[in-house]
Amino acid sequence: MSHRRQTVEVVALVLLFLGITTLTVVGFATDWMPPVASQHGAGVDEVIRYLLLTTGAVLVIGTLAMVGFLWQYGRGRPARSPQTSPRAERWWSLIPVIGMALIAEAGVLVKGLPVWAQVYGAPPPDALVLEVTAQQFEWIVRYPGKDGTFGRTDPALVEGAANPAGLDANDPAALDDVVARGTLHLPVGRTVYLRLGSRDVLHSFSIPAFRVKQDVVPGIIGGTQFVPTKPGRYEIACAELCGMAHYRMRGRIIVHSPEEYAQWLSEQVGFFQ
Amino acid sequence: MSATHQTGSFWTRYVFSTDHKVIGKQYFLTAVVMAVIGTGLSVLIRLQVSWPQDTWPFLQKIFPGLYEDGVLLPEHYLSLVTMHGTLMIFFVISFALVSGFGNFIIPLHIGARDMAYAFLNMLSYWTIVPACILMVASFFVPDGAAAAGWTAYPPLSALKEAVPGSGLGQTLWLLAMALFIVSFTMGSLNFVTTILNLRTRGMSMFRMPLTVWTLLIASILGILAFPALTAAAIMLLLDRHGGTSFFLPDGLVLGGAVLSHSGGTPLLFQHLFWFLGHPEVYVLVLPAIGIAFDVVAAFGRRPVFGYRTSVWALIVIAVLSMIVWGHHMYTSGMNPYLGEYFTIVTVAITVPFAVLGLNLIASLWRAEIRLRTAMLFALALVAAIGIGGLGGLWLGTATSDMYLHDSYFVVGHFHFMIGTVTFFGVFAATYYWYPKMFGRLMDETLGKIHFWLTVPGIFLAFVAMHYLGLGGHLRRVYDPTAYDYAQPIQWLNVPISIALFVATAAQIVFLVNFFRSLFHKERAGPNPWNAATLEWTAPSPPPHLNWTELPVVHRGPYDYRVDGAPEGYWPQTAPPPAAAQAVR
Amino acid sequence: MNEDGNGRPVTDELATGGVAARSPVGEAPGGPYPIGLMAILATAAMLFAAFTAALLVRRTGGDWARVELPPIVWVNAALLLASSAAVELGRRAVRRGALPLAAPRLATGGILGALFLAGQILAWRALAARGGFLPTNPYAAFFYMLSAVHGVHVLGGLGGLGWTLRRTIQGAYSPARHTGLTHAAIFWHFVGGVWIYLLVVLSTL
Repeated sequence: MSHRRQTVEVVALVLLFLGITTLTVVGFATDWMPPVASQHGAGVDEVIRYLLLTTGAVLVIGTLAMVGFLWQYGRGRPARSPQTSPRAERWWSLIPVIGMALIAEAGVLVKGLPVWAQVYGAPPPDALVLEVTAQQFEWIVRYPGKDGTFGRTDPALVEGAANPAGLDANDPAALDDVVARGTLHLPVGRTVYLRLGSRDVLHSFSIPAFRVKQDVVPGIIGGTQFVPTKPGRYEIACAELCGMAHYRMRGRIIVHSPEEYAQWLSEQVGFFQ
Repeated sequence: MSATHQTGSFWTRYVFSTDHKVIGKQYFLTAVVMAVIGTGLSVLIRLQVSWPQDTWPFLQKIFPGLYEDGVLLPEHYLSLVTMHGTLMIFFVISFALVSGFGNFIIPLHIGARDMAYAFLNMLSYWTIVPACILMVASFFVPDGAAAAGWTAYPPLSALKEAVPGSGLGQTLWLLAMALFIVSFTMGSLNFVTTILNLRTRGMSMFRMPLTVWTLLIASILGILAFPALTAAAIMLLLDRHGGTSFFLPDGLVLGGAVLSHSGGTPLLFQHLFWFLGHPEVYVLVLPAIGIAFDVVAAFGRRPVFGYRTSVWALIVIAVLSMIVWGHHMYTSGMNPYLGEYFTIVTVAITVPFAVLGLNLIASLWRAEIRLRTAMLFALALVAAIGIGGLGGLWLGTATSDMYLHDSYFVVGHFHFMIGTVTFFGVFAATYYWYPKMFGRLMDETLGKIHFWLTVPGIFLAFVAMHYLGLGGHLRRVYDPTAYDYAQPIQWLNVPISIALFVATAAQIVFLVNFFRSLFHKERAGPNPWNAATLEWTAPSPPPHLNWTELPVVHRGPYDYRVDGAPEGYWPQTAPPPAAAQAVR
Repeated sequence: MNEDGNGRPVTDELATGGVAARSPVGEAPGGPYPIGLMAILATAAMLFAAFTAALLVRRTGGDWARVELPPIVWVNAALLLASSAAVELGRRAVRRGALPLAAPRLATGGILGALFLAGQILAWRALAARGGFLPTNPYAAFFYMLSAVHGVHVLGGLGGLGWTLRRTIQGAYSPARHTGLTHAAIFWHFVGGVWIYLLVVLSTL
């Protein structure tokens, strides 16, 4: 291949790799995420920022090295003997070993796991406990009502709009349970603990703005907790393939100030009342 | 010398051949056919996701079962997504890279006449033919092909009331996968036995090309990991047809009725599935990396940097890969302490990967690079490992995965590792070994056109998918605009799709080049690349049983421009110069 | 190229090439370790390990109710152990050079193995008679499933034994060369061992 043609090709390759890395780093640094509106969500975003800085730096360094070598050794000039001793090769490998181990494990241990523990730790005693049940293709929300106790439910009693939660009217605790389809009202600044269940297949309860995601597994009563930090309207998305209408298994969250929430709650009527 | 063939009829020589080279080509051509189907599915998927409000009367004419009033039906969209993943992973990349090139090259790389169990090898290919037929047939059953994702999680995959594809389509899927697993296990057995037992004289383990190391490790992973999926598939079939409840708990309500299942748990399936699922991705990615090392050495005209440290890194990756499966399940509802464990070991995998990355890049230092097409794809593969691998850290860290799980960040990540790294590995291998396989060279100009039309678009598309994921765009969604928060980023789907359509169309250049070059008048010599590994000492293509006399090895696989090599390299069969220091 | 009288290439010392074994548990082609056999044992062991994990999880389900296994199950286990003994005696006969003793012993082992399979089907019937059905009792479901999967491996082992029996009758084995027989025997003992393991698991968990 002619020297000039080879140089053109090398230039093209260098531009390709520089361009891709630039696009990647700039793109990842762009603010695509919905503004965060929960307490632990801020911790999640911090982990993401940490990863952006560290993996971005590694990518840039790797690209510059590769591109540098392509430029230096790709244009047809003879090169010096490439023999290196196995010992030298082992020493050089310490750089990625130590560097990557630090980046990866520091990120996980120092930044990541504390947030994880926060999400999965025991909820505080004054947490607001609500229940969300997933089914194809909606979210059934239940509030325990003034007695603060969830009433008994039975899958056999589930009946569309007539009894979406399958509440047992014979259970006195069930009489004042408030049932809603698809919308969750919450007060700002208070820990919310959601009991999560599924009636049919796997779903996943996720609130992108709150950085919440918890699979809902039939047969298991799971839970997730978070603290909303900003009043407003947010969306619930199903994040586990659950069938035909998985793409529109949408729910709504409305975060009120504490006074507004109290007001809203007082206006709710128990399911059997 | 003249090419000698196996004795026998057309059927024993070309159809039911026991020659590893024929079997390798059979796998490769099967992969090409399945790739056309799998890529076609991806085109339909991208059209729907990018323009969810549009109607497609023209497509309805071609695929009347999928569309109604010009609109793609959501349940069929899920079948497209499921089958695209299934076919590409198992019936394209695994066939082309591991079974195809693995079969062709392993005996040639180690100086053996054929695989250890040549008859079993033939059986392993003919086992996947009915598997392919079953998978394709599943599209034509009344309720359509499986639609629960390539991951087939129950209860969605167990209950036919849950989604139409969970009827006959899912059963056919499970049967086809069972056949695939039997075939792959037979192949892995063959690879491991051959590599460990049939190396020619002088071919010690640390003189094997890295391609062989990666195929050995991939085969061991397959032997140890696939049984978990076999067990899961058997139990899923029983839940579907035997009334059992391995994965199905009490109180399921579907179609207005309470189902009679009781006592099982869906999480059991996930653990078993991913016990295979994670090593499986290394089964695919490691051979691509091995091939990249071979190509970079041959076209950089220098030994691989850090051959031994690369072998150790590969072994560490393989061991770790078997204990990290839970990172696919961080949000699954499994015990959160497991999440902590899995995140600590998962991010540790970036360490040996970083060693491989450094070694690949450092193999360009003091190189004399020749930019043949095979080398271009190998270089692009290195870049893809960088981006894809680093993105993996975002998903491997449990905390960030809480946000990114099941989003397009995952889709972008795995398309980088499996759609880019492995695909570029297939292309690098094809351009590199074509002369050995078919005795002719592929056209270099067409090859470069193929590279430049494919690579930028692929990188752009799959990098941009990460942005969609950061924006919260979820995977497997028929209409992303159903969510308000995703509407501001929906526009990204359009350039992604366009880039992918261009890259897809570019494969026509590859196919034309591949098939046309078979008929080139000019034949390739035994070693058109002046490469050092053993396959280049056999004729192009090698006759049945490969060599008249088996080669004897005195050197490592990458002795380019060392010890005063005449013509710039020492073949592995060349005796070491008397005065040369022992480097290996 | 050197050819033998049939026009087939003469094999090298180091490789068997085109005349490689025709059975998955066949002659170890020129290598020091029975890698193929080890790989089969490893993959089968992982399969039963996966089922064991599934059983450990499933038994925590609320509806777990052990059914007492019908007595024929233990008879079958004894049959399988006896067949392993017969096969082992047959192998040792070949190793010692007492070749005429080998074929009857291997045949006995095979017959006992076939009787085992027949007995397992009877065991299924007996289990169903006790009310252990596939859909309604998870413990029974595991028994049916594990015995079926194990039975498939027994069939494979019987195939291997049948092949070695044929080779024995043909006089292909000698005290120095009988690797195929050794491997088939090891696989057979493994299959027997797996069943004992499964019975222990099903009895104690």
